[in-house]
Amino acid sequence: MKLRTLTLGMLSASALALAAHAESITIATVNNGDMVRMQKLTDDFTKANPDIQLNWVTLEENVLRERVTTDIATKGGQYDVMTIGTYEVPIWAKQSWLLPLDKLGDEYDVKDIIPAIAGGLSVDGKLYAAPFYGESSFVMYRKDLMEKAGLKMPDAPTWDFIKQAADKMTDRANGVNGVCLRGKAGWGENMAFLTAMSNSFGARWFDENWKPQFDQPEWKNTLQFYVDLMKADGPEGASSNGFNENLALFQQGKCGMWIDATVAASFVSDPKASQVADKVGYALAPDTGLGKRGNWLWAWSLAIPAGTKKADAAEKFVSWATSKHYADLVASKEGWANVPPGTRSSLYANPEYQKAAPFAKMTLDSINAADPTHPTVKPVPYVGVQFVAIPEFQGLGTTVGQLFSAALAGQSSVDDALKQAQDAATAAMTEGGYIK
Amino acid sequence: MATQQTRSLARFMMAPSVILLFIWMIVPLVFTIWFSFLQYNPLNPIRDGFVWFSNYKLFYSNPAFLQSILNTLTIVVSVLVITVIGGILLAMLLDQPIWGQGFVRILVISPFFVMPPVAALVWKNMIMHPQYGVFADIARFFGANPIDWFGQHPLTAVILIVAWQWLPFATLILLTSLQSLDAEQKEAAEMDGAGFISRFIYLTLPHMSRAITVVILIQTIFLLSIYAEILVTTNGGPGYASTNLPFLVYQKALLEFKIGQASAGGVIAVILANIVAFFVMRAVGKNLDK
Repeated sequence: MKLRTLTLGMLSASALALAAHAESITIATVNNGDMVRMQKLTDDFTKANPDIQLNWVTLEENVLRERVTTDIATKGGQYDVMTIGTYEVPIWAKQSWLLPLDKLGDEYDVKDIIPAIAGGLSVDGKLYAAPFYGESSFVMYRKDLMEKAGLKMPDAPTWDFIKQAADKMTDRANGVNGVCLRGKAGWGENMAFLTAMSNSFGARWFDENWKPQFDQPEWKNTLQFYVDLMKADGPEGASSNGFNENLALFQQGKCGMWIDATVAASFVSDPKASQVADKVGYALAPDTGLGKRGNWLWAWSLAIPAGTKKADAAEKFVSWATSKHYADLVASKEGWANVPPGTRSSLYANPEYQKAAPFAKMTLDSINAADPTHPTVKPVPYVGVQFVAIPEFQGLGTTVGQLFSAALAGQSSVDDALKQAQDAATAAMTEGGYIK
Repeated sequence: MATQQTRSLARFMMAPSVILLFIWMIVPLVFTIWFSFLQYNPLNPIRDGFVWFSNYKLFYSNPAFLQSILNTLTIVVSVLVITVIGGILLAMLLDQPIWGQGFVRILVISPFFVMPPVAALVWKNMIMHPQYGVFADIARFFGANPIDWFGQHPLTAVILIVAWQWLPFATLILLTSLQSLDAEQKEAAEMDGAGFISRFIYLTLPHMSRAITVVILIQTIFLLSIYAEILVTTNGGPGYASTNLPFLVYQKALLEFKIGQASAGGVIAVILANIVAFFVMRAVGKNLDK
């Protein structure tokens, strides 16, 4: 009896000791499909690192931004790993809010990261976030509906062709909308799309002296085209639709075309999730012949806030989640088509991936077609394709997004929305000390 | 009769809780007022500093400000009208001896148990959604075009959702009051030849007036700070069509990270809430003195 008690006591003591050693890290992430899949596969990580426990905080894009930004700006210390994008990394790294990732391990192969993406996540040559997936945007379309409309989608369409095709595909009686585009307000929602689109129309947010440009004809052309296109061929309630809403619509066969993130390709071509999986074609984002296409560049990336006390464990996790090993793991469990795209050159050289992902080449071409340092036709003082990499943009982008979503909903005219956007941008730039 | 000593002792013993309560209220308020005089943006720490009243000026001159005040008041008044009138009707209905009365009462009260964000999500995605919602299905069944509630009538949509949530509260309070109405009085009125409408106007309604006052006072306080329903359904938009004052403060604080302006907005909201409360108390609060 005594021996049993003693053994039990020792066992529980050792369990307690183990628990005391186990470190738990909290990861804030976005509720996109790839991230949710990663959470399901973490057994692989915890088996190799039994002393690290993972806590997840999974949030919708807008809410995630708000939480992690508040946490890092107020030094809240809630999260040990944060999912952030190419917008935040350069700004936050400059303010010394992020730890440089220099202990990712010998097998990590940093040089394999696609240069455009690595460049967006580095400051002074140091990597401050590891890309989980990278994306540009392109056109996803229904091959069957195009054929029915008697048209053939070119690899590099113009906006006029998109309008023509959308008009022909729209069949409201049968619930088919010619085109689905983002309308939900937010700098990372409708403004990501509209800013990228405006680049192809020759528009820009600011001139070289940071003067807002919404009073210029290029913006009027962009917004008028967008509103007219959506009114004629878009879905009901488009002003509430963001990435996830449009994904659901496209998967249910309610959109003829959808211009959005390249990362969506693996979801719309997955027969388990998409009713139209075998009918999807891909093309580069449209242009107007001015030399810039309407596609963006983005990477959802994992970064470690400078305030964390668990930097080593956090970096081990970041290294695992963005490694080649993780890509192999996803491939073995869920097939090559579901590997997070857009981050590593080796993936695009892999014949198995090329075979499994018909969108691979178009994705890489789209990523390479975006240049964050020269995003517009006319010169600009900022970096970023679908955003302006200054701290004020987060607030301003969302305000302008609200105004443009009101124009889409018919609550205000295109002219009013642009005038208000010009006023809001002028006020924000004056307040921020960019213009006097 | 309390002696001087016991009274002093009572004061002495109560003092800690009163002081704690006072600190509990005053500290956040003082912080808010202090921040409202600072240019404080955590994303751009270089430009911090004391700026006197310029945050108030910026908040006031924001084109969304007047719209948000109007929206706040529209929400309060509309929801009060719907819930008080609907509450009286439902209370009178539930007061009748009907079959399955207990079950019906639970059903009517149940929306109050649903948390606001959950209720808003259900209304957004399952009821008012222009593609998948029940309302859209009904419209299509009758050959009509579905209404894009959150795009075309965002404020109405928010008001409907909030009213749905608060109707049970009003019904419950008003039903309790109705049940306390003496049956003999009703009989007497009936025997004197008073019709249904006369009985309602001269007997039932005056009897319910105190309960109605309680409903209006309590609801006004909560309706001034509606937030979750807007965040989940319309995000204040399109444009500023459904932005109310609390949502504007949230937008300034957590989307634009202009803490100074948000604090100024918070102070303005407190002042406006007090003005509204003053008028409501003057208008209906006298019922409570009887």
